Amino acid sequence: MSNSPTPAIRFNQVSRYFGDVKAVDQVNLEVRDGEFFSMLGPSGSGKTTCLRMIAGFDRPTSGQIFLYGQDVSNLPPYERDVNTVFQDYALFPHMNVADNIAYGLMVKKVKKSERIRRADEMLELVRLTGFGKRKPSQLSGGQRQRVALARALVNHPKVLLLDEPLGALDLKLRQQMQVELKSIQQRVGITFIFVTHDQEEALTMSDRIAVFNEGKISQVGTPAEIYERPASPFVAGFVGTSNLIGGEVAKRLTGSDKLFSIRPEKIHLGNVNSQPEAGMVFLDGAVRDVVYLGLFTRYLVETEGGIDLMVVEQNLKTTSMDVLSVKGQKVRLLWHKDHINPVGG
Amino acid sequence: MLNRASTYLYHRPRLALALLLGPPMIYMVVVYLGALFNLLIYSFYSLQEFTGLIVREFTLSTYAQLFEPANLDIFKRTTVMAAAVTVADALIAFPLSYYTAKFASPRLKTWLVIAITIPLWSSYLVRVYAWKLILAQEGILSWFINLLHLDGVLNRLLSFESIGGSSLALSPIGLFIVFVYIWLPYMILPILTSLERVPKSLLEASGDLGAKPLQTFRTVILPLAFPGVVAGSIFTFSLTLGDFIAPIALGNSKFFIGMAVYSYQGTAGNIPLAAAMTMGPIVIMIVYLLIARRLGAFDAL
Repeated sequence: MSNSPTPAIRFNQVSRYFGDVKAVDQVNLEVRDGEFFSMLGPSGSGKTTCLRMIAGFDRPTSGQIFLYGQDVSNLPPYERDVNTVFQDYALFPHMNVADNIAYGLMVKKVKKSERIRRADEMLELVRLTGFGKRKPSQLSGGQRQRVALARALVNHPKVLLLDEPLGALDLKLRQQMQVELKSIQQRVGITFIFVTHDQEEALTMSDRIAVFNEGKISQVGTPAEIYERPASPFVAGFVGTSNLIGGEVAKRLTGSDKLFSIRPEKIHLGNVNSQPEAGMVFLDGAVRDVVYLGLFTRYLVETEGGIDLMVVEQNLKTTSMDVLSVKGQKVRLLWHKDHINPVGG
Repeated sequence: MLNRASTYLYHRPRLALALLLGPPMIYMVVVYLGALFNLLIYSFYSLQEFTGLIVREFTLSTYAQLFEPANLDIFKRTTVMAAAVTVADALIAFPLSYYTAKFASPRLKTWLVIAITIPLWSSYLVRVYAWKLILAQEGILSWFINLLHLDGVLNRLLSFESIGGSSLALSPIGLFIVFVYIWLPYMILPILTSLERVPKSLLEASGDLGAKPLQTFRTVILPLAFPGVVAGSIFTFSLTLGDFIAPIALGNSKFFIGMAVYSYQGTAGNIPLAAAMTMGPIVIMIVYLLIARRLGAFDAL
């Protein structure tokens, strides 16, 4: 995989308004050549609109979109070297699987023998050898998903767009497809842009993630950066769960009243007498609620400043009896200063 | 009591089904199939020329009459008219349905569908007579054609033996215009339904994979909407084939199957010939439906 220094996709001050609604608001973005890039955000955050503008289904109200340096902002979809895997797969119901996959080649007038060869190659890539003659309606959701992927990849696009392609699959199949998508991406070396609202999916597969909120990008970074150093309260809350602490309590703990976030799993739940080690801070409170979840237990602790903190502890030695009996007791929450993450705002 | 009946039927779905379907089935079999069968029987009888009485003996002579040149002409003219009306309706209906299904806002779509179906609320006869006025010698259409200085073209068209006549209203061209108008909703609605079932993402996918709009139309839209077109054509074709009101109301001098049947069973009192004549469109329609079924038209109904 040779990486070109020109970004695969570059957004320059891109906006898209629908009437008064700013679906995408002055977004700047760079997707690198060959990377698995995720656009993560709640519904209505502008991620799908961005994807549709890259595909050409939608045009920016203002700003430019560059595909490997070429301004494609106003090119129709059929003149862009970009292919899409649709949320509902959008397989042609009147064609069999092989014809669906070869569709892009057919409209470009590629010879029939060449079409068949390349469609077979793609069927093998997505592990559906021998399914070519079936109709899409005879396939399961997961199989349709693979056909949609094969149909897009057969054209060797410069960039592959995936619009929540795993949304309709059940959990097991989803996790399996996440691994498979990632491995296919590494094999073909094409830049993937993946739209999802599922933060776990984004964290699992991506090289980098852009977190969208209300038409703007809140943060761009690797999964680790996004998770460990969320740049805003929104990112802290949307990607995983976070406790936000500010005001007087923050001032006592960090010396500044600026808002900071702390992940529930970084907090240790101790008894009221436990002494903090060097570099640790603590907060006293009472356990208000306990949820036993098998692998771990979630505690809701009401602390001094009236702030409710979520704490997650693994059930390494404890049983459900032990953890449930903690409810109502006074506890001391301790954590290391390194895990404190200022979120601005 | 009602509760017990409900429970009784709930546990006997077959009985419930029989009760639901029984009455309409009996009606269909007795009234509809019975009448058709009666017609079939009569077509094998003949008319005594001198007495004007029906001879109730099996004969093929009535069918032989169908193959007389005058009658063959009627079959040919009516079938050509039905086919022409069907093609014209499909050509008009497709773009209209396509716009309504894919581009109109939900609000506009509601209004368009109402506009398409509103003519069906008023009497068929009234609409035919309205067209008689529109098409008349001094009617609004002639006036409009004169305004455009196209009267030369119109007169030229009317001078053709097979489609012309003394005025638009009295010519097969006029009848064609009326048929196209009257059966148009029956073509639009099935096409609209089939186009609405084509998800927009399929069109986007086609473009995304490199197909230009015309290619998308040919390879995706048309094949998926085609069953709707065939379904609509069944309506327009069979309705034109059997209609006798429009030609009679317009006062057309040329005979069509429906008119012939009407006059044979009425003034002429030749029920056997009328019955045999009716078998013509039935056979044509059966052939047509068999072809339509092979084209998958009934998946869209």
